[in-house]
Amino acid sequence: MREVAVVSFAQSAARQERARNEVEILMPVVTQAVEESGIPRHEIGFTCSGSCDYLAGQAFSFVSAIDALGAWPPIAESHVEMDAAWALYEAWAKIQCGMADSALVFGFGKSSPGEIRDVLTLQLDPYYLAPLWPDTVSLAAIQARVLLESGKASERDLAEVAARSRRDAAANPSAHQRDPAGVDELLARDYLVSPLRVHDCAPISDGAAAVVLAAGDLARKVCDRPAWIRGIDHRIEPHALGLRDLATSPSTRLAAEKAGLGSVPPEVAELHAPFTSQELILREALSLDAGVRVNPSGGALGANVVMAAGLVRIGEAARSIRDGEASRALAHATSGPCLQQNLVCLLEAE
Amino acid sequence: MAELCGVIGIGQTRYAAKRGDLSLAGLVREAALRALEDSGLEWKDIDAVVLGKAPDMFEGVMMPEIYLADALGAVGKPILRVHTAGSVGGATAIVAASLVQGGIHERVLTVSFEKQSESNAMWALSLKQPFQVHANAGAGGYFAPHIREYIHRSKAPDNIGILVAYKDRLNALKNPYAHLQIPGVTLEQIEQSPMLWEPVRFLESCPSSDGACAMVLTDERNAAHSGRSVAWVRGTAMRSEPTMFAGRDEVNPRAGRDCARDLYAQAGITDPRRDFDMAEIYVPFSWFEPMWMENLGFAEEGTGWQMVESGATMLEGDMPVNCSGGVLSSNAIGASGMVRFAEAAMQVRGDAGEHQIDGARLALGHAYGGGSQFFSMWAVSSEKP
Repeated sequence: MREVAVVSFAQSAARQERARNEVEILMPVVTQAVEESGIPRHEIGFTCSGSCDYLAGQAFSFVSAIDALGAWPPIAESHVEMDAAWALYEAWAKIQCGMADSALVFGFGKSSPGEIRDVLTLQLDPYYLAPLWPDTVSLAAIQARVLLESGKASERDLAEVAARSRRDAAANPSAHQRDPAGVDELLARDYLVSPLRVHDCAPISDGAAAVVLAAGDLARKVCDRPAWIRGIDHRIEPHALGLRDLATSPSTRLAAEKAGLGSVPPEVAELHAPFTSQELILREALSLDAGVRVNPSGGALGANVVMAAGLVRIGEAARSIRDGEASRALAHATSGPCLQQNLVCLLEAE
Repeated sequence: MAELCGVIGIGQTRYAAKRGDLSLAGLVREAALRALEDSGLEWKDIDAVVLGKAPDMFEGVMMPEIYLADALGAVGKPILRVHTAGSVGGATAIVAASLVQGGIHERVLTVSFEKQSESNAMWALSLKQPFQVHANAGAGGYFAPHIREYIHRSKAPDNIGILVAYKDRLNALKNPYAHLQIPGVTLEQIEQSPMLWEPVRFLESCPSSDGACAMVLTDERNAAHSGRSVAWVRGTAMRSEPTMFAGRDEVNPRAGRDCARDLYAQAGITDPRRDFDMAEIYVPFSWFEPMWMENLGFAEEGTGWQMVESGATMLEGDMPVNCSGGVLSSNAIGASGMVRFAEAAMQVRGDAGEHQIDGARLALGHAYGGGSQFFSMWAVSSEKP
C-alpha cells in the first residue's frame, strides 16, 4: 500500500445559508484547502466529491461544482452520491493505483431549504418502507429506545453526550450549534420524538468541506506533520431494520478491524453520530474507553452538513494530528438509516 | 499500478421500455447474477460492490445503494455508489477497476442500472434551479445545436445521421439484449420518421430503457484460476470540464481529446484507427458517431462523417463501431456507459455472439455525460499486458 496523508483541510462555518448557493459556499472552501496544501491547483492529480441531488432538488446538482473548481484545462474527476468521506475513499484508491499522487476531495450540501428528516425517508426501500413515511428522527428514536431498553445506556447518558458536544462546539468557530447547556437543564426539556429531545439530534446545517490528500514524499514536502491514513475501510448492513440489532454496529466494528484499529486505542475519535444515542453505540463498537477524547470538534451534534459531515470528521481528526494534539486518531462516517453503512479511517503522525 | 485487472464475468438484462416484471432490486440482480454465473464465482466470493447510476430522480429513490445493499450481496462488505452524469457507467467500472489495480480487493462486482419507466427522464433533466441557465428541452434539445454546428463546420452531407442510425439498428438485430429491434428497417423508414430536434429524427434518437449491466473484475492470480476468458484492462481515463464558458468547444470538447490521449498513452496506442479492432462509443443521437470519431482521434477534424459514409464503422467495415446497436438501441442511462465498456470486453473475450468481430484483440469502451463535459474510457485486450 502507498502511504497517503491528509495535508490540508478547510470547511465553511456551518449554518443555515439563506443567500449563498452550493457553488458560492464551496468555492472559498476549495480555494482555502488547495492553497493550504501547498500543491498548485493544476498539479493536483485527481478530484472527487460527494453530494446528493435530493438536497438541491435537481438532477446533476454536482455538475455546478465543476465551476467552483475552475476545471480548465480539463481535470481527472469523479463523484459519489454519498458522504464525501466515501469520495475520499475513492481518491485514496486512485492514489493506490498510482494514477495520481495527490487528490482534492470535497463535499457540500444545503439541507435547510427542504425538510431533511422527510427527504431522507426517500432513501428507504421504496416498496415496503418508504410508503409508510418513517422519518429519520423517528427511526433514530426507535434505535435509541432499543439502546435504552438493552440497559446499556440511560437518558442521562444521552444528555451527557449532548452537553459535552455543545461545550466543545462552542469552542469551534465552524460549528453551528454553539449554545452550551448542562445535563440537568437538557433533561428538563421536552421530547422531540421520545426518547430523543431536540439536543439529541444534529442541527440542520448547510456548508462544505474540502481535504487535500498527498502520497509519500510529496506529503512530506508540502506538510510539516502529515496525517497519514494507516487504514480505511467501510461496510454496510442489511437495509431492513428488523434484520439488525439496532443497539450495536457490527459494520463499524468490522470496518475498524479491516482498517487496522487493533488494540492500540486512538487518542482522538471523531465520530459521525447525528444522534446522541448513535455516539454511544459507536463507542461500544469501536471499544473506545473513557481515555479517548471523542469529538473535540463538537461532532455532528455541533454541525451536521449532510454529505460533508463524514469528511469533516476525517478533516478534524487529521487536524488534531497536524496540530500535534494527537499522534493517532480515528475518524468515522455514516450513511443510511440507523447507522446502516459505516466508514472508519485511522490516521497517524509520522 | 499494483495489480493487473481483468474482466472475467459480464451480465446484462434484456433492455425494454418498461421492465414491469422486476423491482429495482430484481433488475440489478438479473444483471449481477448473470455476471457471477459467467465468472464462475458466487456471492460469497465477491469482496466489494461498486454501483453506478444517473440521477436518483429517475427512479425517485435517494442514494439507492442503501436499499439495494441486500440485493447486491453487499451486506458485511464495502459498497460504493458512483454518479458522474451520463458517463457514470464507465466511471463506475473505472472505480471498480481501481479497487483491483490498487491491490485493495481481489474480486469486485460492479453494476450500473437505470429504471427509467419509474419516472420521466425529460422531467428530471429539466427542473429549474435559480440562477442557472435553463433549457426545458431534455437531452435532444440540448445537443441538437451542437450537431448543427458540427454539420456547419464539417460540411457533412445531410444523410450521415441516417446512415449511422441504419447501421446501429441493423446491429441491434444481432443483439438479443437490445431494446429497439426493428426487423426489416430501411433507410427510408428512418428518413421519414418524425423530426424531433432538427436535424435529429425520431429513429436517430436513443430510447428510454429499463436495464442493468454488471461485470466481475479480478486480479491476475484470480483471473488465472477462474478458467474464464479474460478481457484485460489496458488503461482507464476520466476527464471533466465546466458546462459552459466563452470559447468552450462543445462540438469537439477538449476533455474528450485529453481523456483519449491519456488512455492511449497508458495502452501504448499510437494510431487508434489502426490499433483498435472495434469501439463501443456513447452515441445517444446518430450524429455523435462522426463527432466522437474525430474527438477520439479515429479521424481528422472535419472528416469523421467520411468514415460513416464509406461504411468503415459498419460491422464488416475496417473500424466497426457499436456492434451491439449502441445507445441508439438501448439506453438505460446509468447503465449505458458500462454497457459500452462491457461490450468492448465481450468482443475481446470472443463472447459477443452474432455481433462478434472475428479476432477482436483490442477494443475501446467510451462514455460521456453532462453537456458533453464528462468523459470516461477504457481499453481492453485479449492479451495480458
